[in-house]
Amino acid sequence: MSNGAHGSFLLEGIRRLGSVSIFLARLLGQCLPALARPRLLVAQIYNAGGRSLVIIMLSGLFVGMVLGLQGYDLLQRFGSEDALGVAAALGLLRELAPVITALLFAGRAGTALTSEIGLMRATDQLTAMEVMAVDPMRYVAAPRFLGGVIAMPLLTAIFSVIGLFGAQLIGVQLMGVDRGVFWSQTQGSVGLHDVNEGLMKSVVFGVLCSLIAVHEGYTAPPTAEGVALATTRTVVASSVMILLMDYVLTAYFL
Amino acid sequence: MRPTWKVRPPEDLNHQRVRVTKPQALQAAAPAADAVIDVRDVHYSIGGRAIFDGLSFSARRGRITAVMGPSGAGKTTLLKLITAQIVAESGTVQVFGEDLARLGGNEIYAVRKRMGMLFQNGALLTDMDVFENVAFPVREHTDLPEALIRILVLTKLQAVGLRGAAQLMPAELSGGMARRVALARAIVLDPEVLIYDEPFVGLDPISLGVILRLIKQMNAALGITSIVVSHDVRELATIADDSYLLSGGRIAASGSPEQLRSSENAAVRQFMTGSAEGPVAFHYPAPDYATQLLDEP
Repeated sequence: MSNGAHGSFLLEGIRRLGSVSIFLARLLGQCLPALARPRLLVAQIYNAGGRSLVIIMLSGLFVGMVLGLQGYDLLQRFGSEDALGVAAALGLLRELAPVITALLFAGRAGTALTSEIGLMRATDQLTAMEVMAVDPMRYVAAPRFLGGVIAMPLLTAIFSVIGLFGAQLIGVQLMGVDRGVFWSQTQGSVGLHDVNEGLMKSVVFGVLCSLIAVHEGYTAPPTAEGVALATTRTVVASSVMILLMDYVLTAYFL
Repeated sequence: MRPTWKVRPPEDLNHQRVRVTKPQALQAAAPAADAVIDVRDVHYSIGGRAIFDGLSFSARRGRITAVMGPSGAGKTTLLKLITAQIVAESGTVQVFGEDLARLGGNEIYAVRKRMGMLFQNGALLTDMDVFENVAFPVREHTDLPEALIRILVLTKLQAVGLRGAAQLMPAELSGGMARRVALARAIVLDPEVLIYDEPFVGLDPISLGVILRLIKQMNAALGITSIVVSHDVRELATIADDSYLLSGGRIAASGSPEQLRSSENAAVRQFMTGSAEGPVAFHYPAPDYATQLLDEP
């Protein structure tokens, strides 16, 4: 790649960052009015959250079960399989639940948001709203953004609970770790700050995923190809940003 | 809570009566005085290509104004100018006597509330049924009680003949039906100006006749100032009071449809008769045919 290509790549990156920032500022300005319309907001929380529930619960269960197997195998080498509950709980609460939920959310709800808004643009629905003197930022973008931001921590919490249940299923029911020890160790070692770390991550991921999804849809070229590309970009950009921010946040909390 | 009635200020109803009963008298008046929309010497370009090069045109109160022109002449761009979706590089666009370039966001919304626009494909909101689509502007802009909204929506749907389709989703409608629902939505707040973007494209003869009749009806019964943008010369000739022909970034000809047809201007003649020969070339600019065929690729 020549220097010119590097330069234009960099410029394009900066331009996108600027465009997203301006979009976020406009979006935040419309969030308060959007909060005043609970019917729209609830519908979007359902769209982003409710409809992702099955995939989140299933994934949570299997991730928890794998954690139970792997954790047991690892811990029993040191004779400390009693700590399985703690390992599973900490791993889920602080790391796996927020990250995997966010990745699944980007794939399930993020793509739906982008393609929905992109198609609304392509079929003139957003322009029609503009001409009817209804701001699509307020009516379309803000409720969807808020819906995602609210749904993400809830989904993450559900993921954690089901995951812990899965780990317990394998560790206690299958591998024979003592039930009382499993839960009492977990209770004793997991603190509020562990829960907070997971919560904080899920809120940040919620803002990131929803912002990227809504922005991509809103600015997608109004063609079939444009919407398809925007949907792909939503998944790629969200995934990279989730993992990058996960590192930053983990470093901050340690 | 006190209901706020934002539908149409009462003084406008007087205008309406005048418009309906005395169209001839208004016709005789000076064009500038009763111009609801006035576009003066507008220049606008996209990506270096001039779309408008000194465009001037006006739409008079209570009349049907047709804007015709070949594809790519900037008809849709003109509608974007009038609805303040884009801003002219120079020149003025006045709507209801207000210069759009001087208006802020809320004032533009206030102007738009007095206009209705019918989009080419209807642009119905796909996540709600026909009834909710028509009710959408009412819910957004007024605090009318539900019972009143229902009556308002049903009367508008009755006017376009689709009261029975109130519960259908937009995906279940044919093209002509979608456009009629969009028309009901456009008139639900009793706008003073109604803008039609290519209302005849892709319609079967029956739907086309229905839409033509509706445009006329809306204009005659409600006294709505109508602007119809289209390239269907024959259809427009039957309803338009004033016609403009858009070509080369400006108005090439104006007047009644008859006047346009008898125009001496070659471009106007070509468009009105639908001839392949004339100033608008059939071929897109290309290198010499024989040379290109013989050339190695």
